[in-house]
Amino acid sequence: MRRTRTLPQWHGWLFIAPALLFVTVFVLIPLGQLAAMSLTDRSLLGGGKLIGFTNYWRIWNDASFWRALEFTAKYTLVLTPILMGLGFAVALLTVKNTLLKRLTRTIVFLPVVIGLSSSSLLWFWLLDEQVGLLNKLLVDLSLIREPIVWFASADLAFWAVVISITWKVVGFGMVLFVAGIQSINPDILEAALMDGASYWGRVRFIILPLTRRVLLLTTLVSAISSMLAFDQFYIMTSGGPRGQTFTAVYWIYQNSFISFKLGYGAALSIVLTLIILAFSTMQIALTARSAET
Amino acid sequence: MTAAALTSESARTISAPRGGRAARGAYLATAACVAVIAIMAAPMALSFLASIKTAADASAVPPHYLPKALSFENYSKVVNFQAGLATYVGNSALVALMAIAGCIVLAAPAGYGLARFTMRGREVAFLGLLAPIMIPYQALLTPLYLDFAKVGLVNSHLGLAIVHTILQLPFSVFLMRNSFESIPREIEEAAMIDGCSAWRRFTRIFLPLAVPAIVTVALFAFINSWNEFLAALIFMNRETSFTVPILLVSVRIGNHGAVDWGALQASVIISIIPCLAVYLALQRYYVSGLLSGAVK
Repeated sequence: MRRTRTLPQWHGWLFIAPALLFVTVFVLIPLGQLAAMSLTDRSLLGGGKLIGFTNYWRIWNDASFWRALEFTAKYTLVLTPILMGLGFAVALLTVKNTLLKRLTRTIVFLPVVIGLSSSSLLWFWLLDEQVGLLNKLLVDLSLIREPIVWFASADLAFWAVVISITWKVVGFGMVLFVAGIQSINPDILEAALMDGASYWGRVRFIILPLTRRVLLLTTLVSAISSMLAFDQFYIMTSGGPRGQTFTAVYWIYQNSFISFKLGYGAALSIVLTLIILAFSTMQIALTARSAET
Repeated sequence: MTAAALTSESARTISAPRGGRAARGAYLATAACVAVIAIMAAPMALSFLASIKTAADASAVPPHYLPKALSFENYSKVVNFQAGLATYVGNSALVALMAIAGCIVLAAPAGYGLARFTMRGREVAFLGLLAPIMIPYQALLTPLYLDFAKVGLVNSHLGLAIVHTILQLPFSVFLMRNSFESIPREIEEAAMIDGCSAWRRFTRIFLPLAVPAIVTVALFAFINSWNEFLAALIFMNRETSFTVPILLVSVRIGNHGAVDWGALQASVIISIIPCLAVYLALQRYYVSGLLSGAVK
């Protein structure tokens, strides 16, 4: 091939080198530092004596961490099906490219591009028991008698966050699902129509199976970001009441930057990284496979 | 390929009309669309309406849906809040611009190198550049904070921009590589015959052809940097170095203890306007970026 002769292929490294250097300096080295720190009793005030795996042993016995992890898992397990189900439903509703449906898609997608801090403070206001308009609306519609005090109980606070996040990110799944459905070969759907398949029959036996990979991938992406939730809880619940709504990342933040237990926070971070790694390995494997076909 | 502009061929056959039942279905679908729009648009619309109430009206108990009188009182409060809105918007904008520059300067050559050279170890390099997706950046903030503190990158625009670049780099590299790969060989070969060097081919031929991908990279870098919260909370801990998301939280705490609801909603509106504007202007790029890189 002429290409290989006219142009030394190793030149490619020159183009990649800056990015590789950046990742090395700002990701790989800090990751090494994190691992090393997790074996010490370092705090922001000093320390840094090697203490072996003591931090990990402490994590094993740290009921608060396990409660935070359990809470994060519950949040992910409750939220993900809601997001995927509603996202798919709205995608089915708006998959045609009529003006109204495209407008619907645009409006549903808008909250995806705003900040989590903005949406969390927006909902913190809407849900307030005194000035909140959602409470007022529910009272005006006679659905409730008294305004709901959302953030005084862990259960209600949990649902308040779930509601706000559903509003915020339902459009993410929708957009991916719409693209997935629209890329189905129209001949297949035409054939099913000829055979007299009902609308729901087509959804069940053609659209769902043919968009399975998109569904799976979106589910994973969405689950990973829920496992890493922080902003919405920091802003809406502050981890309360009584520390019942701390997520894993929030607990790490609390240890590292509020209590300054850096060594312990580092060990917690390593544990969280391993958990996320399991998820994202699946995600990458799936992406690679869908790129091949 | 954008969601809005796809061929309507497949879309049409998915719900092809069949007699009276289908007509009823179409009415129901229209009603459902209107309901969805109302539910999804209401929160931001109400927030906007609250932001233009008078301060007293915005904190009234029980609340009203609509403003009694138009007022910019809440906005002027936010404009003069602590170090002043201009400082905070300036911080956010500067950090976002630096993150955009970082992503483009690093990802465009990297994407070119990965797409157009076949040196040994290329696959490993590609995986290495995608690796940060697998490591939650939340975990890296402690070591980064300690490193940055040593070299004066805490409370610095550059420091936070570096963190935001880390966040966006894998996606940017992925996007740039795909974009360069889709450029036909013939164009490159013609340039090679003309005796262009690799660098000149990159800057003169490839970069101009990859403008859509670059716009997408910049768009995502902007929105994610503008909205990023945790790193900003940790790294920008001086009142004058806050970014807009941190400003929002301080507005809620306020100066006197009680929440100033009107000012809070005014600051929420200020924080979301740039995102909505940029998204609506570049919707096509955003959706195509989302589709090609559901990686992150």
